[in-house]
Amino acid sequence: MTATATSRLSGLPDSPADLRTFLHGLPGVDKVGIEARAAALGTRSVKTTSKAQAIDLAIRMVDLTTLEGADTPGKVRALSAKALRPDPADPTCPPVAAVCVYPAMVPTAAAVLAGSGVHLASVATAFPSGQAPLEVKLADTRNAVADGADEIDMVISRGAFLAGDYAHVFDEIVAVKEAAGPAHLKVILETGELATYDNVRRASWLAMLAGADFIKTSTGKVGVNATPPVTLLMLEAVRDFRERYGRQVGVKPAGGIRTTKDAIKYLVMINETCGDDWLHPDWFRFGASSLLNDLLMQRTKLTTGHYAGPDYFTLD
Amino acid sequence: MPKSATPSRLAVRKTYKLYVAGKFPRSESGRTYLVDGDNVALASRKDARDAVVAARAAQPKWAGATAYNRGQVLYRTAEMLEARRAEFKSLGVAGAEVDAAVDRWVWYAGWSDKIAQVAGGANPVAGPYFNLSAPEPTGVVGVIAPGSLLGLVSVIAPAVVTGNTVVVVASNPQAAITLGEVLATSDVPGGVVNVLTGQAAEIAPWLASHDDVNALDLSGVGDPELATELERAAAGTLKRVIRPSSGVDYTEDPGTGAMTALLEIKTVWHPKGF
Repeated sequence: MTATATSRLSGLPDSPADLRTFLHGLPGVDKVGIEARAAALGTRSVKTTSKAQAIDLAIRMVDLTTLEGADTPGKVRALSAKALRPDPADPTCPPVAAVCVYPAMVPTAAAVLAGSGVHLASVATAFPSGQAPLEVKLADTRNAVADGADEIDMVISRGAFLAGDYAHVFDEIVAVKEAAGPAHLKVILETGELATYDNVRRASWLAMLAGADFIKTSTGKVGVNATPPVTLLMLEAVRDFRERYGRQVGVKPAGGIRTTKDAIKYLVMINETCGDDWLHPDWFRFGASSLLNDLLMQRTKLTTGHYAGPDYFTLD
Repeated sequence: MPKSATPSRLAVRKTYKLYVAGKFPRSESGRTYLVDGDNVALASRKDARDAVVAARAAQPKWAGATAYNRGQVLYRTAEMLEARRAEFKSLGVAGAEVDAAVDRWVWYAGWSDKIAQVAGGANPVAGPYFNLSAPEPTGVVGVIAPGSLLGLVSVIAPAVVTGNTVVVVASNPQAAITLGEVLATSDVPGGVVNVLTGQAAEIAPWLASHDDVNALDLSGVGDPELATELERAAAGTLKRVIRPSSGVDYTEDPGTGAMTALLEIKTVWHPKGF
């Protein structure tokens, strides 16, 4: 373990063996309990003015994402323009939190977003698999930041994590954090590949100990993406981490959140788990693309009084 | 031990639920109402919203199926309808009306691969162009259905045979949901026909103003004030509105009007080489 890592927080485990002991000393997750709790928090009914506020907050929390091999500069420009003015017909509609693209598309998006207050996130570190040498991952990160990204979404090496090589994952996050410099670092745990809730809890703590500014559930590229129980587990982790080390870390569920109803369930979950402090785009994000249109349709329904249709919103 | 008498069977009473997306859900509101002693789900505006989502999702694939295939599926529906004669009769529908409904369905099924020739074709134009008109389905149709089984069939069949998907607000709940059961067992993809039971005055305004509904059939709206209000709401999104003059006799030959009303003509100009 590197010296730079150990000095970041007091009371941090300071050897690979200590780190392992620490992570395996975290309490086990009650699978039935957390799933029941997440399901129970999904039954709240949020209506009228509360719903209007929840929708606007959810829009402000969206990381509008396009991560396709087929992304073109034109598509990225259109998406960035949509991020600034999600509903061109309604100037009271707030902009989204950020646009999230591949590193090659960062300059294109930066040209549109410059000076707007909408952040520019770039995935890096051999997204989505993370299977590349460290130098490649660091170069990937530096490039994205130099081109104008102020948020970096990195993936952890799930292979190393699952093999029990926690120190390797830790050092990698520390190195990427350093390479990212002033940019915010979001660490993608890819919970769909971590197999157990215990692993999700360990990976969350590992990422936070290593200096993550955000922990993010998924890449959106595997079968299982963000689920309510996994997000609840990560919200508990950031809450407990702040209590213990005094540093606040954000949470970003990504992939599979498509409806306003789902988004509001997540907002309820934040409020009930972490409280007000996390109910802000600085501390909670939705990694999504199709969610925004559903939020806009629901918003239009509330302002016009009749149901909106997808024909009236942009496809991307 | 004395031999016990054969116990009388417990009555299995049927609750008529909605037919949405190929399933039979209760109303999201949990409400029911009594119709002739039967419990029937009382649909809310949110059921209408869900039905429109289902109809929209089913529409491209249904419209994309070949006309021949759609015709075969609808013939199959007629077979199933025929098999349920007794059930419809027990619901108080006259035998002759069931016959007429089956015949009407078969008649419309036959039109599936013929209506394009009648409503479209090559146009003579003065110029070196090949000019072609092709009818295409309007999309999602909200239908306020008339009360009789024959009337119900006469508004659903022309809409679906042309590739539209429908959200039907039925005013004869038991027969309409039984028709839903027929459709559910006859290869008609889920979402192509959705049946809501309840008050037209409650549900129809939401369909009329819905941005994602492309046409509105007011055949079953008796109250002229409500019909006018619905037409006005539908104008907000430029929907096609079908408002037949009152007193339609569904036993008469319907002609092709009900089908062509829900088709949009696309015309293509193509340069012709010499």
